[in-house]
Amino acid sequence: MNLPVLVLVVLAYCAIVAWLGWIGYRNTRSAADFLVGGRQIHPMLMALAYGSTFISTSAIVGFGGVAALYGMGLLWLTAANILVGIFIAFVVFGRPTRRLGAALDAHTFPELLGRRFRSRFVQGFAGGTIAVLMPLYAAAVLIGGARFLEVQLKLDYSLALLVFAAITMAYVFFGGLKGVVYTDAFQAGVMFVGMSILVVVIYAKTGGLGAHEALTQLADKVPASLQKGGHTGWTAMPVLGSPIWWQLVSTIVLGVGIGVLAQPQLTLRFMTVKSGRELHRALVPGGIFILFMTGVAFVTGALSNVYFMNTQGKIALAMVVDPATGKPNVDKVIPTFIQSAMPQWFGYLFMLTLLAAAMSTLSAQFHVIGTAIGRDVYQQAIARGEHQERTVPIAKAGILIGFAVTVLLSFWLGTGIVAIATALFFGMCASAFLPIFAAALFWKRATKVGAIAGMLAGTIGWLLWVLLVHEKESAALGVCKLLFGAPSLLTGTTWAVVDPLVIALPLSTLVTVVATLATHPAADQAAAPAGVAPSP
Amino acid sequence: MLGFADLGVTAAFLVTLASTLLCVVYGLWHWNEDDTPLPPPVHPPDEPADLDSV
Repeated sequence: MNLPVLVLVVLAYCAIVAWLGWIGYRNTRSAADFLVGGRQIHPMLMALAYGSTFISTSAIVGFGGVAALYGMGLLWLTAANILVGIFIAFVVFGRPTRRLGAALDAHTFPELLGRRFRSRFVQGFAGGTIAVLMPLYAAAVLIGGARFLEVQLKLDYSLALLVFAAITMAYVFFGGLKGVVYTDAFQAGVMFVGMSILVVVIYAKTGGLGAHEALTQLADKVPASLQKGGHTGWTAMPVLGSPIWWQLVSTIVLGVGIGVLAQPQLTLRFMTVKSGRELHRALVPGGIFILFMTGVAFVTGALSNVYFMNTQGKIALAMVVDPATGKPNVDKVIPTFIQSAMPQWFGYLFMLTLLAAAMSTLSAQFHVIGTAIGRDVYQQAIARGEHQERTVPIAKAGILIGFAVTVLLSFWLGTGIVAIATALFFGMCASAFLPIFAAALFWKRATKVGAIAGMLAGTIGWLLWVLLVHEKESAALGVCKLLFGAPSLLTGTTWAVVDPLVIALPLSTLVTVVATLATHPAADQAAAPAGVAPSP
Repeated sequence: MLGFADLGVTAAFLVTLASTLLCVVYGLWHWNEDDTPLPPPVHPPDEPADLDSV
């Protein structure tokens, strides 16, 4: 690539982002503007901001590479992203979330839960959990963005990391949620153009309508080690119950597919529009946008096997073997394909696509971390609701703390943490918050005790499974090895590959229901505004 | 079907497209539904509406 041209393109992109952040700053006049965009965001902007926040670099490059490994079965995740992450999220959860948020004057996701159940503990615990774990997820996105700048612009990694984080933090700090939404929408446009071109080219380069059949014909090229794990080809599902099947279905499809429903940075978007009509209208761009993000990334990853076989005589995994370790690095499949198959101008556009994906997700993360620390933990849980007149400065202080913690974590975390951190946060949110979030919206009888018990059961159950059983994380974190001398308590069994979500989400749901039914609802029912949470 | 080796992946491909279509059709069908605007955001008495006064 021509470095001066690339630098100019990135600078122009950053100038547009800075300008949009400035517009957000100019239009931010109240705490509600800063925290929930004044509840007047246009549906198209909301849909694009939701989509670009949802889709990070990890979804395109990381999971696209995973599709090169496991094949088209990953399209179940795209189906879940659209059906659950867009349709169910907007139609089933979005409208009652918007109404409840407005009725309770909630400005954050933890505040929505806390005010619904009349519990500062619920708000403080939810905010604290988000404040502790979201920097891990944000650090993963930050590392991805910094690595991109390091490689493409030949910047020092530490400098790249600081520059990337500081630019993003600046427009969140000054522009609040309006700044985030305006820049997200622009970044979504860049991402859409890049992925639209990519889907045309991948089919054109691999045989058009015959591309799927060509990929099917490569089944005998699947490495023996993957066949042993249950891989049966790139256009077939893995063997039912095999380790690869569990990885694909429980961690990737269920973990990320369902986890989206209780993501605080996404749920917040529903509270930014002025009526339910806006959510209906947002469905149209939202559904199409996700199809062109994960759908195109997964198809490209899988079909890259055909492209590399036709041009290099190798499958995609063989193209990305790390000379130092001798192992394939799936994160390099999509960049290698872009470099090999696409013209140089598209390389620039795709780099902007990845930068936009990383920046749009990171900005929403900084905003949520800041409001969780400032609004939920400090102002509501610690200061017991004092300092209401200083909501925005406190939230801004939280953003600065979140920025510092995220940057420090990014320097401290090792390689290979991106996918783990992403999956951890999605799984934790679903396990801890989804049952009580659903109860808050749809079960008028749900009680404070039920909510607290369910949230604690989900969080603790998920944490124990991560630390002691699910081998992918427990081996990396080392706690089980330290305590019991083994990477997992159930190593060698199927349980060791079952995602924590599969255990913790049903547990949390069960505990929420049982504890609610075991406690008296009268005192708590009053917290559910009339017409918001329908009677069971 | 569609060049895929098994029904599981064929279904994933079709469900993905059908889900997108569902979003588009449902969104267009209900385009003007539920346009009751929310009341203006309520600021607690001691919370200033104007940031310049913070």
